[in-house]
Amino acid sequence: MADNARLFFATLLNGLTLAALYFLVASGFTLVFGLLRNVNLAHGSLYLVGAYVGWVVGDWLGSWFLAVAAGFVCAALLGLILQIGVFRFMPGQDLRQTMATIALSIIAADIALWVWGGEIYQFDPPGWIIGATPLPIVGKFPTYRLVLLATAIVIGLGLWWFLVRTRVGMMIRAGVDDRAMLSASGIDVQKVFAITFAIGAGLAGFAGVVGGTALSIAPGEDTRYLLASLVVVIVGGMGSVTGAALGAVLVGVAEQFGLAYAPTYGIMFTFVIMALVLAFRPQGLLGRRA
Amino acid sequence: MSAAHWRKAMNFTAARRDWSGGRAVAPPGRAPAVAPPSAPGARDWRLWRHVGVRHVVVLAAVLVYPWIVPPFFAFQIGGQALTLGLIALSLTFLAGYGGMLSLAQMTIAGIAGYVVAILGVSGTAEISLGWPWWLVVILAIAAGTLAATFIGWLSVRTEGIYTIMITLAIGVAFFYLAQQNYAIFNGFQGFQKVLPPVVLGIDWRAPIPYYYLALFWALAGYFFIKHLIRAPFGVALQGVRDNARRMSALGYSPVAHRVAAYAVAGVIASIGGVLMVWYNGLISPGSVGVSWLINILIIAVLGGMRHPIGPFIGAVVFVLLQNFAIDLVDRERFNLVIGVIFLVIVLFSPDGLLGWWDGLREWTRRRIDRPRSAIHGAGWRSVGVQQARPASRS
Repeated sequence: MADNARLFFATLLNGLTLAALYFLVASGFTLVFGLLRNVNLAHGSLYLVGAYVGWVVGDWLGSWFLAVAAGFVCAALLGLILQIGVFRFMPGQDLRQTMATIALSIIAADIALWVWGGEIYQFDPPGWIIGATPLPIVGKFPTYRLVLLATAIVIGLGLWWFLVRTRVGMMIRAGVDDRAMLSASGIDVQKVFAITFAIGAGLAGFAGVVGGTALSIAPGEDTRYLLASLVVVIVGGMGSVTGAALGAVLVGVAEQFGLAYAPTYGIMFTFVIMALVLAFRPQGLLGRRA
Repeated sequence: MSAAHWRKAMNFTAARRDWSGGRAVAPPGRAPAVAPPSAPGARDWRLWRHVGVRHVVVLAAVLVYPWIVPPFFAFQIGGQALTLGLIALSLTFLAGYGGMLSLAQMTIAGIAGYVVAILGVSGTAEISLGWPWWLVVILAIAAGTLAATFIGWLSVRTEGIYTIMITLAIGVAFFYLAQQNYAIFNGFQGFQKVLPPVVLGIDWRAPIPYYYLALFWALAGYFFIKHLIRAPFGVALQGVRDNARRMSALGYSPVAHRVAAYAVAGVIASIGGVLMVWYNGLISPGSVGVSWLINILIIAVLGGMRHPIGPFIGAVVFVLLQNFAIDLVDRERFNLVIGVIFLVIVLFSPDGLLGWWDGLREWTRRRIDRPRSAIHGAGWRSVGVQQARPASRS
């Protein structure tokens, strides 16, 4: 019995830390979608490229924190280039933009495979976060996962503060509600778009390094996190950061419980959640009708 | 779809069939449907009315093709292109005429393929049941169609851009399921030695028989879609694509039409899936992975979505690139090549190669026949990729 409780809570905690990672990836995805109506299917590639660049920088400078920063900055720059160089020229053609992101994700995945090969890379974080922390019931739990959970909460709160309290955040929210009106009130919409895309992409790169430290980086991770982002925002509601948090918790916890209790059908848990949400609330739990 | 819906579709669209299929055709009249048996000549003439020289030439070329090329070209190029083209045709139908860009068509083909491997004969005797091939094929197509209907039922609840996300999520979820599950799907390895049966004393995996098998189903699919887009159901579907709200006000059910379109596309994709597993001789999670989901999209977009011939053109180009473009660059860099080509097509030619063809024809016609060019543009309706998006807010 005690062992069952231990397994249950350990699984729950694992699910929450996975949810933290999913939230970091999916919040950028949903932010970009909410404002730009751009389903960025290259989001997983931004995650992977951010992770690789972070690894190179971390290996070179020997600092894990600089690696995290490098992952964020690199992915943000890539996002900026994408928005300014590609998507700006096809406004309103969301399907064409989406297909362009598919093409870019194929190209990015192949270039990453070319440059970094098929090996698995692991980060070297500072010693104090790779140990274990004793917790009640669960026993020893990897400290890094707790750090990940805390990071996601901090990022989530920061994002909330940014969107609600700052001027740019207000512009972004106004843009989500009515782009034409925002543009009519004399605001440079393209600049707001570029900022949003940079933040969204940067979050993916940030998550790449942070998540790559928790697990590892290898080809194919881009697909995994793209699927996670898709399911999280479909469940949570497109364009809603709170929805992304809720969706991430549901999906992350479901996936871990699936892995713990029904290993070979684990993915079905995620799928069933998505199917149920689509069947009863097609716009997502916290989404609004488009 | 209920019988009442069908009847409604039959009655309501009959008067407006003159714009069907995305291009202006002469009103066919209602005669063929109720033609008295005493006038077979007129009916025959009507059937052959659309057949031009180029159709005969193309048909003759694809029939003669396997005899004048080496077996490699008949099987690896011809057979594979026809099989992939058939699967992509289901996407062209859904996206071009239904406005629903589904990335799960390869998943449906994969489900049919897995059913063939699981119920039929394969190298993994512990799982495969070894049922007779005709039963297996029927069940495989039924399973694929059922899965397609379910996917359609799930994804038509939202519109436009959401479809691509939902179908991609479903497709990737199936890939992970097939990869993780060993009891049914045999995990990472999948099933080997899934071979077509020897029927009528012919080994259907030999290059020329397989080519004709694939050609038969490709032609069947092509003519079926060509007929369907001019039939009342197809016209109503295009109406739903262009303006779901207006069609709903006219008494049609957009949801029923869309789900039915998914089911129809599911039948085609399932047939393609059965052929695919016979062509490859194996099925594994890699056959339904993200790269293949996207390859089907690339094939459909490459060829162009405004005509059912598009996916076959796209498939031929894709297969040729797959086999020969790697000689120009590194063997491992095929994805880079295909990604760049896809990007170029998306950025510069949303209608694919058919768009270039039409542009060329337009250009030559204008050169030859300058005065009439003003009229020509008026009746033009593009069924391009940009419009494969329901106009929900008008």
